[in-house]
Amino acid sequence: MALAEGVETQPQPPASLAARLTDWARRRTGIKLSLVLGPGAFWLLVFFLIPLGVVLAYSFASRGAYGQVIWRLTLENYTRFFDWLYIRVFLVSVWIALLTTVICLVIGYPFAFVMARVPRRWRNALLVLVMVPFWTNFLVRTYAIMLLLRNEGLINSALRWLGVIEQPITMLFTTFAVVLGLVYGYLPFMILPLYASIEKFDFTLVEAAQDLGASTWQVFTRVLLPLTMPGVVAGSILVFIPSVGAFVTPDLLGGGKVVMIGNLIQQQFLTVRHWPFGSAVSFVLMAVVLVSTMAYFRVGGERRV
Amino acid sequence: MSTTATTAPRTAPLATRRRWRLKPGWLVLNSNVLLTFLFLYAPIVILVIFSFNASRQQAVWVGFTVEWYEQMMRDERVIAAAKNSLIIALVSTAVSTVIGTLTALALDRFRFRAKTAFEGAMYLPIIVPEIVMAISLLVFFNTTFNLLDRWLGLTLKFGLGTITIAHIAFSFPFVAVVVRARLADFDRTLEQAAQDLGANEWQTFRYVTLPLLMPGILAGALLAFTLSIDDFVITFFNAGIGATTLPLEIYGRIRRGITPEVNALSAVLLLASIALVLGSALLQRRR
Repeated sequence: MALAEGVETQPQPPASLAARLTDWARRRTGIKLSLVLGPGAFWLLVFFLIPLGVVLAYSFASRGAYGQVIWRLTLENYTRFFDWLYIRVFLVSVWIALLTTVICLVIGYPFAFVMARVPRRWRNALLVLVMVPFWTNFLVRTYAIMLLLRNEGLINSALRWLGVIEQPITMLFTTFAVVLGLVYGYLPFMILPLYASIEKFDFTLVEAAQDLGASTWQVFTRVLLPLTMPGVVAGSILVFIPSVGAFVTPDLLGGGKVVMIGNLIQQQFLTVRHWPFGSAVSFVLMAVVLVSTMAYFRVGGERRV
Repeated sequence: MSTTATTAPRTAPLATRRRWRLKPGWLVLNSNVLLTFLFLYAPIVILVIFSFNASRQQAVWVGFTVEWYEQMMRDERVIAAAKNSLIIALVSTAVSTVIGTLTALALDRFRFRAKTAFEGAMYLPIIVPEIVMAISLLVFFNTTFNLLDRWLGLTLKFGLGTITIAHIAFSFPFVAVVVRARLADFDRTLEQAAQDLGANEWQTFRYVTLPLLMPGILAGALLAFTLSIDDFVITFFNAGIGATTLPLEIYGRIRRGITPEVNALSAVLLLASIALVLGSALLQRRR
């Protein structure tokens, strides 16, 4: 990483002793900075950026007969992606991610609205209640959904016991199951930024709008929604990104019947062993993620981690 | 709609606020909140309840038992996986806490060229899809190991080492973010006071800065520990043959079929991560 002067160093008049002292001080800050920044920069470079670079390089290579990588510059992995077979996987992923985002928004917006309007002492409790399931093991949570949805699961048993159905409804290994699992997994990602932006909203504006004769619906569409748009955009991006790249959820709840980009990548790396094509698909996924992140900053959302 | 407005000028904002709040819409809004909480909690609560169910079929409640927990504790594969998970989590937490704290200090206390670029790169592991990070490390380790084997005759294999390195790579940025948040509202005058009283730079850091940062560092460490214990995707691609962690063990068993032992194991992991997160939240709140 590039190092330069630290904060402590001040420009000095060019007296030779003073100059040497500053030089020494600067080098010392340089050493200190490299000690403090070094480990992080090293780890980031060696175990994150370089691996990504290697994948990028692989995506332009070709595959030999036995799965080995042949270093011959080619675009065939990217052009191959335009096969209907893969485009379909891509479209299914984007569709599922969009559906998940919209459902999270429809559930999350009113939820965050209530959270921002309840008395202050309740808000933190609600916030913790939203966060707790979110921080539990994702695999286990997906498994919990599996237990509910399967043919011998609680929902089907209950419905059968009530006499509503005779044959179990197939819910597991469907698009419905995958979307449900993703909503379950990422709903808090939607609620938190929405809550942050609705909480900042000045509710006297509602009164102002009503005094000017606006209906509740008009207040919502013309005042509240536009002013909380940063929250809507941030939440949507935060849900869309992990959904479109999901692997565990479609793997367990889709059971091979619903294939998303994540499953395609896994297949190419572990089963088919076509690493160059898998790498190209990974970079297509990265591109989707980066484009949506950039769109988020363009729309004017705030930086929030 | 505005008939009231023409007959009686409203002066009290309280009245209008009440009107807004008493809309029948609030019934819908509140039931949405209740249903959402039900949706968030029912599946995990049911999972925990049924891990105590005496029936193998699970769909119906037969009676209370801790048999599955006992079986799980006696299962050698589970014990080995738990041991691996703990070793990986402890090592990766220790390393990523140190690296993350140092990185936070560097970003807060120093100016350097390419700082914005570095910050951007540091957030990347948080944004990049897990599966992409997983396969990029797989490809990287594989390529490096091949080259080392060819050039130096050094044989390295996937296992606990690769998993630990991968876990550090995705968790230290989280530690850095948490510690940096604490540095943001750090009172620098305390450090100046210590130095005025004759403390050198190291003493100031050791006896003033570090203790004050400690809650943030601990919160970051707990977060790193949770991320490591819970991680499935990145571990799955970088474990190689033979090294299993708890999530890998659970996944393998789910793929083979649903059994009550998996429920017990899942329940344990679930409660462990809830405890860790609540601990982290409490630490972060303490000033």
